[in-house]
Amino acid sequence: MGGQLAKLVARRGRWFIILPPLVFLFLFFLIPFGFALKISFGEAALRIPPFTDLFGRDAAGHLHWQGTWVSYRYLLTDDVYIVSVLYSLRTALFATLICLLVGYPMAYAMSRASKSTQNILMMVIILPFWTSFLLRVYALESLIRDNGLLNTALLQLGVIDHPLRMMHTTFAIYLGIVYSYLPFMVLPLYATLEKLDRSLLEAASDLGSRPWRAFVDVTLPLSVPGIIAGSMLVFIPAVGEYVIPALLGGPDNLMIGRVLWDEFFGNHDWPVASAVAIAFLVLLAGPIAIHQYYRVRQEEY
Amino acid sequence: MDSRMPISLVSVLCLGIAFLYVPILILIGYSFNASALGSVWGGFSTQWYAALLEDAHIRKAAMLSLEIAFASSTLAVLLGTLASIALVRFPIFRGRFLLAGMINAPLVMPEIITGITQLLLFVSMLQLLGWPSRGVVTVILSHVAFCTAYVAVTVQSRLQSADMSLEEAAMDLGATRPRAFLDVTLPLIAPALLSSWLLSFTLSLDDLVISSFVSGPRSSTLPMVIYSKVKLGVSPDINAMATLIIAGVGVCVILASVLMRRAERLREREMQAAGI
Repeated sequence: MGGQLAKLVARRGRWFIILPPLVFLFLFFLIPFGFALKISFGEAALRIPPFTDLFGRDAAGHLHWQGTWVSYRYLLTDDVYIVSVLYSLRTALFATLICLLVGYPMAYAMSRASKSTQNILMMVIILPFWTSFLLRVYALESLIRDNGLLNTALLQLGVIDHPLRMMHTTFAIYLGIVYSYLPFMVLPLYATLEKLDRSLLEAASDLGSRPWRAFVDVTLPLSVPGIIAGSMLVFIPAVGEYVIPALLGGPDNLMIGRVLWDEFFGNHDWPVASAVAIAFLVLLAGPIAIHQYYRVRQEEY
Repeated sequence: MDSRMPISLVSVLCLGIAFLYVPILILIGYSFNASALGSVWGGFSTQWYAALLEDAHIRKAAMLSLEIAFASSTLAVLLGTLASIALVRFPIFRGRFLLAGMINAPLVMPEIITGITQLLLFVSMLQLLGWPSRGVVTVILSHVAFCTAYVAVTVQSRLQSADMSLEEAAMDLGATRPRAFLDVTLPLIAPALLSSWLLSFTLSLDDLVISSFVSGPRSSTLPMVIYSKVKLGVSPDINAMATLIIAGVGVCVILASVLMRRAERLREREMQAAGI
């Protein structure tokens, strides 16, 4: 018996390694999307569990489709979904660009520091990522609210005579996203810039290229994988961000993450919430595919 | 190295780092402020820490979150390490593409989508199988799912750089493959296991969105309690809470990285001594 088991392990051993994570993630990460898809076609009249089966059998025993597109049709008729999706996409896009503009010079400077300084700087950039996201957003709030430190300081200095309104504005949303996601932009950029072959720059300069030209012609094109990786790591989560618009934004800053949250906890409309989630995922499929492609390619080389 | 780094670059880097740290430092400062008003300095005080310790609600949520984080990160390190071994060591197997996708997708998937879909799964499972009702178990299951992804990615890059020839040498000397892996490669990737455990622990401890969806009525985690307090406005005891968490995490991370660097250096010296 024991000998047989040992033989089985020896022959099929690798499945003992592959199967546990494969099965777990399949069950608890992938299958949930199937349930969301099913429920999004759920009957409007039965919006509380249990949901109807999508396929039923008629009297003759033939399978027939009995799902409904009602939830999806609802998404197109009610402005709030389209408006909030477009607003989220635009906000995430601009926030990603700001992160890139701030993060690129930072990563570039890091990659040109001495090796020991680089290690310390890496640590310094990673550390905020380890500290609570929620608490960092909250920390930002205590900085920018009407009686926060920034306003108090500016009032004391006489720069302004009444507090600037920063909380619950679009500015606060951008500040929140850039602040929270900046390390995600800097680290992949640094990883590509650090691996960059210095001799190429020397060659460019030997051939008479000015530093700025050499940067545009050599460094920038070679850092494109880092730019894309960093941008995806910022853009995709930022589109679905909930905490930042909920804590820092105002009622106008209706991002899709917040709409989804309210749909679930406020309206309890699960089929519609599922439909929003599925539609949102379809929208993000492109960026997610780009992210996957670059990650897989990175693994191969 | 290039010593003629332009001043502008250096200043951008310094400003960027200041931008990341100033709000946290201000928060820490506020936590010692005797005044309950955020903007006024009322003198040094540790009263908010005392208030925090007396708050049974927060204490209970903190204990629950620590338990969940411990269980989730331990399970995630197990599953994530297996996943990374599968992806690095077995170039071809059925389901490889699926596994690679499932460990990369959670890294970018908006939490709100993961949360909603997992809630729907648990609700449907409860109907079909009578298990699991929403609570600690469902929170742990969903935390394990996203932490596994982070572990797999971290350990994977470490495994890729681990030298296969050492393991082969052990096998030439008569070790079986599992033995060679456990004795040779496992110590090599141990630092990655430790850091990914720590990362999973903090990610789990910090998660608000997914936990809000999948937790039950009596299983409010610490971030959920903090969030509901913060939503209501200024709460100075949260400043104290934040300082404790940030200090705890900061010390652990710095300590772990110092230890790992020392172990690394020791190993390099041994390798040199052995003439490898």
